Amino acid sequence: MMQQRKLEIAVGLFMVLGFAALFFLAMRVSNLSSAGIFGGDKGYEITARFQNTGSLKGRSPVSVAGVRVGQVTEIVLDSKTFEAVVHMRIGSRFSTLPKDTSASILTSGLLGEQYVGLDPGGDSVLLKEGDEIRITQSALVLERFIGQFLYNKAQETEKK
Amino acid sequence: MSDWLVAVGRRGLDLLVRLGRAHMLLFYIVLALPALVRQPREMVRQVHSIGVRSLVIIVVSGLFVGMVLSLQGYNTLVGFGAAQSLGVLVALSLVRELGPVVSALLYGGRAGSALAAEIGLMKATEQLAGMEMMAVDPIERVVAPRFLAGVMVMPLLAAIFSAVGVLGGYFVAVGLLGLDDGAFWSQMQSKVEFHDDIVNGIIKSAVFGVVATWIALFHGYEAVPTAEGVSLATTRTVVHTALAVLVLDFILTALMFNKV
Repeated sequence: MMQQRKLEIAVGLFMVLGFAALFFLAMRVSNLSSAGIFGGDKGYEITARFQNTGSLKGRSPVSVAGVRVGQVTEIVLDSKTFEAVVHMRIGSRFSTLPKDTSASILTSGLLGEQYVGLDPGGDSVLLKEGDEIRITQSALVLERFIGQFLYNKAQETEKK
Repeated sequence: MSDWLVAVGRRGLDLLVRLGRAHMLLFYIVLALPALVRQPREMVRQVHSIGVRSLVIIVVSGLFVGMVLSLQGYNTLVGFGAAQSLGVLVALSLVRELGPVVSALLYGGRAGSALAAEIGLMKATEQLAGMEMMAVDPIERVVAPRFLAGVMVMPLLAAIFSAVGVLGGYFVAVGLLGLDDGAFWSQMQSKVEFHDDIVNGIIKSAVFGVVATWIALFHGYEAVPTAEGVSLATTRTVVHTALAVLVLDFILTALMFNKV
């Protein structure tokens, strides 16, 4: 009887340990707790159109002044205008973004990942679910940049 | 020439017969599972001998795998100036791959071989035949509890392995290499998805649990009832478990992570 009891205690401890490990993985290792930006609810979705999204992907961060406020949910191509439509989900805590907020695709560091930076404007009307950001700036594609630079250089030397 | 063909054909047929018997065994085990509610004590005993006794090897290996990942990852990442991403590297490789795979390999070596030897010896000493004589179904009484215990235990072992590994990696990264504590955790949390990474890792380990336990039970149950037969059964269990886990891991990874 005593033996069985010890066995049961050991098994109980093992189960508790296993689920504690799962809990640790969920809360500390993954972003289940830092769904904090969404604070448990789903936030609201806004869209922005870009000429070029560079290497922006789903789940890329969206930030205001360097603070993460949401993430990119989906990037689709508008087959009429050939622009990329970026869907972003913003935490509802950050619901005071003005309507004339502008969005640009930036890179963190020289080789870092790309993210969407929002620059709040001064409008008193606020962005809400389903709104589209009008003022956007596309990703900087290094090859085009260098190409343009070389082209300008060549023109300069020609003039001389 | 025809002798050679005969040999190939015989091996092929033999393989098919064994595969068929393995699936029949699995079928009978699944049929016997509902009856397990009547023997909770046996379940507790099996979870103890399969799970609790594997805990030490799982915890120790997890700790060292995490620590070594951290050290090696640091050497590579520091060349790109990305040493702060070490937490992401350690957590993703543990949760997605190493946790489920290495704990399944250890499980096959530690618990699977024991299962095969135990059941093989029961067969060799005619205990299973004795049960049948007394109208006790050996699958329901002996095989099924071990199967269910193995399937339940494996995801927990893998989770413990990953969690301990992340902690080991943390000790090396922050304690030994002097990385920033906050960056380690926050980078990890922003890159590891609960659904895509952790849940998929758990699914993987559950699949490995089914396969590894099934292989062990089959080889034990089908062991030739001699000393040599039992030793062959344990050897085959370990070899087949390792092969099955590694091949399945590739297939599962291709299915789960092809677009993440």
